[in-house]
Amino acid sequence: MAGVYIHIPFCKKACHYCNFHFSTSKGLQESFITALLQEIDLRKDYVTEPVSTIYFGGGTPSILPSSEIDAVLSQLSKTFTIEPGAEITLEANPDDITPEKLQEWKQIGINRLSIGIQSFFEEDLAWMNRAHNAEQAQNCIHLAQDAGFFNLTIDLIYGTPTLSDEHWKKNVDTAIALQIPHLSCYALTVEPATALDKLIRQKKLADIDTEKQARHFEQLMEWMKASGYDHYEISNFAKPGFKSKHNSSYWQAKQYIGLGPSAHSFNGRSRQWNIANNALYIQSLAQGTIPAEEEVLSSEQQLNEYIMTSLRTMEGISLNKLLADFGKDKYDTVLKTAHSHLTSQHLALENNFLKTTASGKLLADGIAADLFIL
Amino acid sequence: MGAHRYFCGNMKNIRNFCIIAHIDHGKSTLADRLLEFTHTISDRDMQAQVLDDMDLEREKGITIKSHAIQITYPFKGETYTLNLIDTPGHVDFSYEVSRALAACEGALLLVDASQGIQAQTISNLYLAIDNNLEIIPVINKIDMDGAMIEEVKDQIVELIGCKPETILLASAKSGIGIEGILAAIIERIPAPSGNVDAPLQALIFDSVFNSFRGIIIYYRIMNGSLKKGDKIQFASTRTDYFADEVGVLKLTMTAKDEVKTGDVGYIITGIKNAKEVKVGDTITLANNPAEMIKGFEEVKPMVFAGIFPVETDAFEELRDCMDKLQLNDASLTFELETSQALGFGFRCGFLGMLHMEIIQERLEREFNQTVITTVPNVSFIAHTSKGDTITVNNPTEMPDPTKLESIEEPFIKAQIVTHADYIGNIMTLCLGKRGIIINQSYLTSTRVELTFELPLTEIVFDFYDKLKSSTRGYASFDYHPIGYRESDIVKMDILLNSEKVDALSALIHRGRAQDFGRKLCEKLKELLPRQQFQIVIQAAIGAKIVARENISAMRKDVTAKCYGGDISRKRKLLEKQKEGKKRMKQIGNVEVPQEAFLAVLKLD
Ligand SMILES: Nc1nc2c(ncn2[C@@H]2O[C@H](COP(=O)(O)OP(=O)(O)OP(=O)(O)O)[C@@H](O)[C@H]2O)c(=O)[nH]1
Ligand code: SF4
Ligand SMILES: [Mg+2]
Repeated sequence: MAGVYIHIPFCKKACHYCNFHFSTSKGLQESFITALLQEIDLRKDYVTEPVSTIYFGGGTPSILPSSEIDAVLSQLSKTFTIEPGAEITLEANPDDITPEKLQEWKQIGINRLSIGIQSFFEEDLAWMNRAHNAEQAQNCIHLAQDAGFFNLTIDLIYGTPTLSDEHWKKNVDTAIALQIPHLSCYALTVEPATALDKLIRQKKLADIDTEKQARHFEQLMEWMKASGYDHYEISNFAKPGFKSKHNSSYWQAKQYIGLGPSAHSFNGRSRQWNIANNALYIQSLAQGTIPAEEEVLSSEQQLNEYIMTSLRTMEGISLNKLLADFGKDKYDTVLKTAHSHLTSQHLALENNFLKTTASGKLLADGIAADLFIL
Repeated sequence: MGAHRYFCGNMKNIRNFCIIAHIDHGKSTLADRLLEFTHTISDRDMQAQVLDDMDLEREKGITIKSHAIQITYPFKGETYTLNLIDTPGHVDFSYEVSRALAACEGALLLVDASQGIQAQTISNLYLAIDNNLEIIPVINKIDMDGAMIEEVKDQIVELIGCKPETILLASAKSGIGIEGILAAIIERIPAPSGNVDAPLQALIFDSVFNSFRGIIIYYRIMNGSLKKGDKIQFASTRTDYFADEVGVLKLTMTAKDEVKTGDVGYIITGIKNAKEVKVGDTITLANNPAEMIKGFEEVKPMVFAGIFPVETDAFEELRDCMDKLQLNDASLTFELETSQALGFGFRCGFLGMLHMEIIQERLEREFNQTVITTVPNVSFIAHTSKGDTITVNNPTEMPDPTKLESIEEPFIKAQIVTHADYIGNIMTLCLGKRGIIINQSYLTSTRVELTFELPLTEIVFDFYDKLKSSTRGYASFDYHPIGYRESDIVKMDILLNSEKVDALSALIHRGRAQDFGRKLCEKLKELLPRQQFQIVIQAAIGAKIVARENISAMRKDVTAKCYGGDISRKRKLLEKQKEGKKRMKQIGNVEVPQEAFLAVLKLD
């Protein structure tokens, strides 16, 4: 089973918090598609297993004409073996969603939508500098469901200064009431060199209230549990049967190929990532070279990635896998460091899996770092 | 006589000299030009301040170690061997200068034409005069716009009492005056004296540990000669070794069959144990041992601080590294120390704060040790009510106040040379540091030398930085200990979650204690990472808490963010976090980063 990620590096406008790679100018869009098709061809041997998930992310894939998405999908099916019933997700922004587009997406084979709602409230959307408004946020979901998209996920962001505890509850309640089977909830993170970072440094915006973020996260866990969602990864909640197959492959160290500028790939031993620059990406592919950097993972790095990603999932760290893949010494070291976190009840040991408790989830990064072997 | 015969043959063509000056006056750059002009170093190997070959020297742009190198130079039909020693200018490395002087008959005294005579110009000059060295004054940087050649000439004449014509002019940067300097070295500095037929006496002035070759010893031969294969003996221990290799110091070591009287050279004997070699010792021949010659004055540390391994079980390894480092830094002194908080370590004596920083850096870089350096302090004298006198180099050694009669602290005399405009600022600074003005004298109409008496503890930490900022860099400063005086000193303790951390205790004048405690708590609050529980930081004098800060528990430490397939970036972030943690010390349940132990140095 392998995954394909396609990065579409264009957005209508820049959200203040965003550090993904994208451009707000559409000038290079056509030559980008040409380059992307070329990249697919050049990298046909990268994945060795049949493809079970395809994910259009970005940027904003929904701003592309459907014909271009279709061209990419056809190129993929010409190049790779795609499993029947593969999960094919498209990230879409509310302001791009129209009945026509939805029909087209259906027709070309998109079977899952990931909608960047972020909030159902105007003041949050304005604060984040999103391209859509509160009304569009509500509407687009109805439109999608009317068009027959039930395998839906939406993104919500919490911990923003404009989001009160009541509004946070309203946002989550709305999603639940709309019967959305999958939710990705992100704590607002101030990434270096973003507009948000700059505004905070210039003291034009107040710094992030981590106490509020912790509270929102705790509330979220409670509400989702009560509504029958599995908290299967730190930021992800799903009704049974609706986990994202694609994202799960990131956390389970499965093969994935990332196409397009800034996209990351992993083949089991090494990771590589494409240059995060549209013009250079296009230029390089025009000359027949993949503009990528590669990193071969040492055994420690593989272990650390395994700890970091699996600790974020519901299953946790498999001690059997730890022993089998990394040997007795590393296994012992990890268990020894885990001890204090077990005592403080941030970690629990169940059926030979080491996993975070509800309180431990808030501290997962620090715990993971602690369990690392350098 | 044999000596006479030799003198006529060879030794008369040797000149041993060092370059001394105030910091940054251009010693190492002048050395570059001398090496270039005499083709000692090929163009390919040449780089700016080529003798500053330690990473730290290059990064900081200053010389830390004296560096000897041999030059061959034809002059008026004869070939001369010139042994040059470049020395550091910073006060903290003055012990390097004083040992270099012992290997020389002459010194180039460099003065920056735009700065004139500065405090270390004077102190290094006196060191050279004490060693009976021929002084060749050189005004450097004459290429600069701000060069005040005539004024600086007057200053030099005034200081040394030389004739103005004997002062050379140079620009080490542009290569002006180099030939004249070489001529002066040969014509004005005396050849070494000594008897080549006498039994060997070689003064060890430096050494270094080399993991392949063992200990390499640098010496100056005073009498006799040293051949490859000789059985040698150290005068202080009377233990024997074989001279596996002897030679002279070019850019790299150059092996020779023999090194003779008057020359500077190296020897490798395969000794691996650092304890067997002492700077200041005399190398003699085992089958014809000579007297020990006078070595160097013992170094007098100015500040003391603890150095501890972060990992308690790395103590033995650290001990070994300290021994090896001491080989290459004779001004480092240390003895065993134990701390409740940090376990086994060393109480080290340093010549100043820069010296302390360099030692910590060298331990980390050259020896791969992760260490904690604790709050530095000067050495106090405590008189107990029972009549005992105790030297206190460590706050934990200070007797309980109820058993104390009195405490004395060290004072220094400080000479500050500055522009008249800054007298007011300097007065304010020094009086605020409990200083007493002793003298004020005008060197020229605008240059003033101020003399103060100050407690040493007030000047070792940040005085120099403050002095520079309050005079916009127009002040230089030198100091000498003048003994102990009674003083009202108290011990300030720091508690983390009610647990006293002995490594953070400090001895401080009572008048400053309250303010100091408050600032230290605030600083620690900044430096201690948030943890999963609350941390209470308190400063106490005896049982009395004088300051307190809280660090609230960390609530959230997880990025709930979509990071797509970019797992590497996240992993690297967390690996860095873990790396940082490894450098922290667990005290009770609180994790304390290395730099927190030096928080006291970062107070404003
Ligand atoms: N303009 C000018 N600059 C010079 C001259 N000689 C040295 N410098 C500069 O002065 C600075 C200090 O030079 P160094 O040779 O490192 O001085 P130093 O005396 O060896 O310094 P320490 O060893 O740290 O005491 C460097 O930036 C040199 O480039 C000169 O003749 N003219
Ligand atoms: S739409 Fe998405 S990718 Fe584009 S700027 Fe906003 S958050 Fe970033
Ligand atoms: Mg120098």
